[in-house]
Amino acid sequence: MSPSEPLLQIHELDARYGPIQALRQVSLYIDAGEIVTLIGANGAGKSTLLMSLFGDPRPAGGWVRYQGHDITGLPTHEIAKRGIAQAPEGRRIFAAMSVEENLLMGAIPVGMDHMDADLIKVFELFPRLKERRHQRAGTLSGGEQQMLAIGRALMSRPRLLLLDEPSLGLAPLMVRRIFATIQEIRDSGATIFLVEQNAHHALKLAQRGYVLVNGEIRLSGTGEELLADPEVRRAYLGGRG
Amino acid sequence: MPPIAAAVSTTGVRWNLVFRQAVLEATAAFALALLLLGPIVGLVLDGYQVRNELQRPLLIAAIIAAGRFLVTLAMHTPTGQTALERFNARRRQPGVLVVSASESDRQRWWLLAIVVVSLTLPLLASKYWLTVLIQAMIYVLLGLGLNIVVGLAGLLDLGYVAFYAVGAYGLALGAQYLDLGFWSALPLAAMLAALFGGVLGFPVLRMHGDYLAIVTLGFGEIIRLVLNNWLEFTGGPNGVSAPAPQLFGLEFTRTAKDGGVPFHEYFQISYDPLHRFIFIYLVLFLIVCLMVVVVTRLRNMPVGRAWEALREDEIACRALGINHVLVKLSAFMMGATVGGIAGVFFATYQGFINPTSFNFFESALIVAIVVLGGLGSTTGVIVAALVLTILPELLRAFADYRVFAFGVLMVLMMIWRPRGLIRPRRRAFEVKGLCR
Ligand SMILES: Nc1ncnc2c1ncn2[C@@H]1O[C@H](COP(=O)(O)OP(=O)(O)OP(=O)(O)O)[C@@H](O)[C@H]1O
Ligand SMILES: [Mg+2]
Repeated sequence: MSPSEPLLQIHELDARYGPIQALRQVSLYIDAGEIVTLIGANGAGKSTLLMSLFGDPRPAGGWVRYQGHDITGLPTHEIAKRGIAQAPEGRRIFAAMSVEENLLMGAIPVGMDHMDADLIKVFELFPRLKERRHQRAGTLSGGEQQMLAIGRALMSRPRLLLLDEPSLGLAPLMVRRIFATIQEIRDSGATIFLVEQNAHHALKLAQRGYVLVNGEIRLSGTGEELLADPEVRRAYLGGRG
Repeated sequence: MPPIAAAVSTTGVRWNLVFRQAVLEATAAFALALLLLGPIVGLVLDGYQVRNELQRPLLIAAIIAAGRFLVTLAMHTPTGQTALERFNARRRQPGVLVVSASESDRQRWWLLAIVVVSLTLPLLASKYWLTVLIQAMIYVLLGLGLNIVVGLAGLLDLGYVAFYAVGAYGLALGAQYLDLGFWSALPLAAMLAALFGGVLGFPVLRMHGDYLAIVTLGFGEIIRLVLNNWLEFTGGPNGVSAPAPQLFGLEFTRTAKDGGVPFHEYFQISYDPLHRFIFIYLVLFLIVCLMVVVVTRLRNMPVGRAWEALREDEIACRALGINHVLVKLSAFMMGATVGGIAGVFFATYQGFINPTSFNFFESALIVAIVVLGGLGSTTGVIVAALVLTILPELLRAFADYRVFAFGVLMVLMMIWRPRGLIRPRRRAFEVKGLCR
C-alpha cells in the first residue's frame, strides 16, 4: 500500500436488489484516521452502501479497495477478518443473550486472544454496559442498545468502523453522548465511516462528508463546506437556503 | 379484568361483587364446556345409530362450572391473592439471568446426587422399568441433540427422526453386511448420521422458519419411505435385527453366539437377561453425561454462542463477520450425530428394528420435548424427556383416560410455564482484570 493510498477506496460501485438499482457509480475514499460522514434522505441507499462494502448485496459493478487490497465481492466473514466492523442500522443486538455475550460475539473474527482486554476497554468507553453486563440485552433501553451495538463492533479491533445511524431514536442528550464517544473512538486510532440522518451533528463531527441522493453521490466536501452549502441546508438541515 | 380490581378494595374484599363475578364466570364456563363436550360426549355412536346421552355433558359441565365458581372465590381470599401474585411474578421474565460461577458450583452437589441415583436405579428396577428407563434415556439423548438445532440455533427441524433412523439402521445393516459389532458401528453410525446432516443441511440452510420446517419434514419422510421400500437392502417393513453390545468381547447371552464368552459364565454368576439391559442403560447413561458436558462447554465457546446469536439475528451475525452457513451446518451436523447415536442405542436395545419406529410422530415428540423443556435449556430438556416418556407409563393405570390425562398435563404445563419448564440460564464470563 503506497503511503498516499486511502484506507478505503470505493470506485464506481453499483448495487442492485433485483430490478432496483440502489447504488449508481458511487465513488468515495476514506483516509486513515478520518471521520467521514455520509448523509442522505430515507431510501437514498446509505445502508445499502455499508452492507455492500461487506459483500451483502454483492456489488454489481465497480470495485472496493481496502488497505491496498481489492475486497470487492469477498465473502462477508472474510471482509470482517480484515479489520472492518459494522454497527448495523437498527442495532440488531442479540436480545435473548446477555450484554456480555453480545460483546463476546463481536470478537469472533479476531479470535479469543484479546477478549478480556478488549472487553475492559469497551466497559471503559461505556460504563453503563459494565453495570448491565449480566442483563438480557433485549431489556436494555434504546440508547444502551446502541452503545452495545457500537461496543460489539469494537470488539473485533476494527481499523475501520462503519456506523449506520447510531443516533436513531435517541434523545438529544444521548445523541450528544454517542457522538462524543465516536470522537473518542477515533482518537484511540480507528477510522470511522458514519452514516447519519442527524446531518448537523454528523457534519460538525466529521472531517469530510458525502451527500447521497437516489443512489448517487451528489456532493462532497469538508464538514464546514457542506454545513454551509445552501442545498444541504435546505434539504437536510431544515434551513431556508 | 376490571371486576377483580373493583372487588379488591384497599380495605378488604367486597364479597357481593366477588360473588356476582364468580356466578358470571361459572355460567360462562358452563356454556363453554357444554358447547365443547356436547357433541363429543353427548352423542354416542352405537352401531349405525347415534344415541343421545346429553345428561353426560350436562353433568361434566356442571362439575366444571362448580369448580370455576370455587376457584374464583378462592382467588379472593388472602391466601388465593398471594398465590396469584406469586404465580404472576414467576411468569414475569427476569432481566438478569446469568448464574455466577459460584452459584453453578453449588449445583454440583445436586449433580452428584442425580448421578448416584441414576446409577443405582437400574440395579433395583424390574425388567419393565428398566426398558422404560432406557427409553427415557434415549429420548433424553434425542432431546439434547435436537435442542442444539431447534433450541440453540433456532432451526426448526421436523424431520429429526431421520437421523435417529440412520443411526439405528447403521448398526443393524452394518452388522448384517459388514459384520460390524456394536462398538465399531457406534462411531461409524454417528458419522454416517453427521454426513446425512451435512448433505441435508447444505442446500436447506438458506431457508428460514416455516420453509425449513417443511423441507426437513419431507426429508424425514423420505428416509422412512426409502427404508420401507428398499426391500433388498433394508428388508423393508420386515425390518432387520440388530446386534447386542458386548463388554470387551463378553456376550450378554445365555450361550455364546459369536465365539465369545457369555458374561455370566466369565463372572461365574447365574444367567440373567437383565444384565444386557443394565449394561445398555449404563453405557447410555455415560453417553448422556458426556453429551451434557459437551453441550455445556460448547455453549460457552464461540461456536455455541454463534448458534444462539444466529437464532437471534442473522443479519447482525453477518455484519459481525460470522460465517453463517458454517455455523448453521455445524449445529445441524452436531444434532444429527447425537440423533444417530441415540438410534444405535435404540436398535441394540430393541434387538430388531423396522421403519414404523421412525415416523413423524417421533419427530413431533422430540420437538415437544425441546419446547416443553424451554428451548435451549439442557436441564429443561432432560426433565421434559423424562416426564414425556415416564409419565405415559405411570398413567397406564388410568387405562382409557391415559391420553386424556397426558393432554391435560401438557396444557397445564404450558399455562404454568409458557416458556418451557426451565428458562435457559447462562454462566457468567469471568473477565480477567475487571474490577467491580
Ligand atoms: N433487501 C432489499 N430488497 C429490495 N430492496 C431493498 C432492500 N434493501 C433496501 N432496498 C431498497 O434500496 C433502497 C435504498 O435502501 P437503503 O436501506 O440503503 O436506504 P437508506 O439510505 O439507508 O435509508 P434510511 O435512511 O431510511 O435508512 C430503498 O429504495 C430500499 O427500498
Ligand atoms: Mg439506512
